[in-house]
Amino acid sequence: MSTNETLFDASELTVSMGPQHPSTHGVLQVKLKLDGERVIDAECVIGYLHRGVEKLGEHQTYGQFVPTLDRMDYIAAVSNCLGFCEAIEKMLGITAPPRAQYIRVLMTELNRITSHLLWLGTHALDIGAMTVFLYAFREREEILKIFENYCGARLTTHMFRIGGTQYELYDGFEDQVRTFIKDFPKKVDEYETLLTQNRIWIGRTRGVGAITAKAAIDIGLTGPALRGSGVNWDIRKAKPYAVYSDFDFDIPTGSMGDTYDRYMVRMEEMRQSARIVSQAVEKIPAGPLMAKLSKIIKPPVGDIYHSIESPKGELGYYIVSDGSTMAYRARVRPPSFVNLQALRQMVAGHMVADVVAIIGTLDIVLGEIDR
Amino acid sequence: MAEENNNPKDESTAPPKPAAAIPPPPPKPAAPAAPPKPKGPLPEPWTSPLVDALNEKFGAEIVKSYSFIGQNQIVIKKARLVEIMTFLRDINIGQFTYLADETAVHWPKDEEFELVYILYSFERNEYLRIKTRTKEWEAVESVVGVWGTANWLEREAYDMFGVKFAGHPDLRRILLPDDWVGFPLRKDYDLRLQDVEWVRKHLGIDSGQKYYVGEARHESPDYITPTD
Repeated sequence: MSTNETLFDASELTVSMGPQHPSTHGVLQVKLKLDGERVIDAECVIGYLHRGVEKLGEHQTYGQFVPTLDRMDYIAAVSNCLGFCEAIEKMLGITAPPRAQYIRVLMTELNRITSHLLWLGTHALDIGAMTVFLYAFREREEILKIFENYCGARLTTHMFRIGGTQYELYDGFEDQVRTFIKDFPKKVDEYETLLTQNRIWIGRTRGVGAITAKAAIDIGLTGPALRGSGVNWDIRKAKPYAVYSDFDFDIPTGSMGDTYDRYMVRMEEMRQSARIVSQAVEKIPAGPLMAKLSKIIKPPVGDIYHSIESPKGELGYYIVSDGSTMAYRARVRPPSFVNLQALRQMVAGHMVADVVAIIGTLDIVLGEIDR
Repeated sequence: MAEENNNPKDESTAPPKPAAAIPPPPPKPAAPAAPPKPKGPLPEPWTSPLVDALNEKFGAEIVKSYSFIGQNQIVIKKARLVEIMTFLRDINIGQFTYLADETAVHWPKDEEFELVYILYSFERNEYLRIKTRTKEWEAVESVVGVWGTANWLEREAYDMFGVKFAGHPDLRRILLPDDWVGFPLRKDYDLRLQDVEWVRKHLGIDSGQKYYVGEARHESPDYITPTD
């Protein structure tokens, strides 16, 4: 076989990208079928990080299961925790006290900013803009310091408990958050000066991985990936949980559904999250942190589905209880898993280099995909 | 006077019997009242124009519709699953264009798997749960043709439970390796159970898990039941 044949005869070439490829954001393998440099088909091989979280949920009490969930989407552990705690509270028929609810919203939104900052840094790095990474991690560090002061951990935080939160805010928390939030919108502008009008950035993202709203809904895209296609749907607005209905914030949407639009949506989401945090920090009510509930948590027999807007999309918990202390079935609806499914149709027809951009724009975390 | 004295004496000897007999009756009425004390919320019947439309069109296929903690659910038979799902997606009082989740629950006592479909309608801003049951050896119609999302979700249900989906374009394992033996989320799959053969062959290590999966696992002396 001469090299000429493979280069010009449009014969298929299979290239395995990953699982150790740095821009697959973890251990994801993508088997690419190529025609020259053009992608014909892509198949994802996942499961390298499978730890059986759903099985563990059936063998741990509800309280014990919460820290395990932090290990799914370790970039946004606070959201994982919030969704599960709320699902169980809904089943038990209790609500967390207002003070706990405000702390929850505050922490979840700060966590959304860290998640988006990590996405921004790595996404830009994949495409070749190295500098953004350094700026993004500068601000991310500030938030992680707040987390560390609050609960002692930076990533796998386990901040909330079923029925409220465990820890009281530390002295100087409000000031630290205020200082950060005051400057943060300017920092987002700073990132935008590096990318938004950048010709190379536009060239690498405009029209890349475009997906229509109809196709996005059919394949189950949620979160910023869906809003980039112009669907104005955010669970914080559609089905408000915690105390999100108390705050003013907007849901940014795109129009073309390409990588650039999803980038713009996430940038704006960071500003909106900062807006929520700045409102929340000013009106944290006084009061208890935990609702009254028995030490042994036994939800009634039945099932529940509760979903929240995690930074990646719709994070749902489907819990079946048999009335005992452990879940009969603890199903997690992971946003990254469902979003990654769209990769195949999004990369078709694009260049190999665009695959990296499209994996980045989906904002996946393999810990959550494989569970 | 003597008669009067005698009478109380007679009564005093007699009373223990009525006195002993009287207390038991109160517990008897109380006892039937105790069992129906509901712990937590109960499913409530739920009707809506959508359920009426389904009943009218599919009749006996719709087993029941109810609401639990404010969440609406419909239990259906699996024979005309795809027809019902397509109907729910397309009818203008439904418009459930988005399949949020599809998963399974194992009920070993009935030898059944319950399939749960969580639908969402953007137009109506509501969730709806559809449930159906199937046996291990009976395939369920795949809904990939209705919602593209179902592709990976059904592969995961197959991977974890061994539920078969007829008409699925690519029904393979997704999280576990292709040649793995066993379905981990079934209730008879112990938490510590592992395909030791696979681990030995592919990783070249003895994992230390002594449990054995395979056709003859119940006969194996190493096999333990989940209750051990």
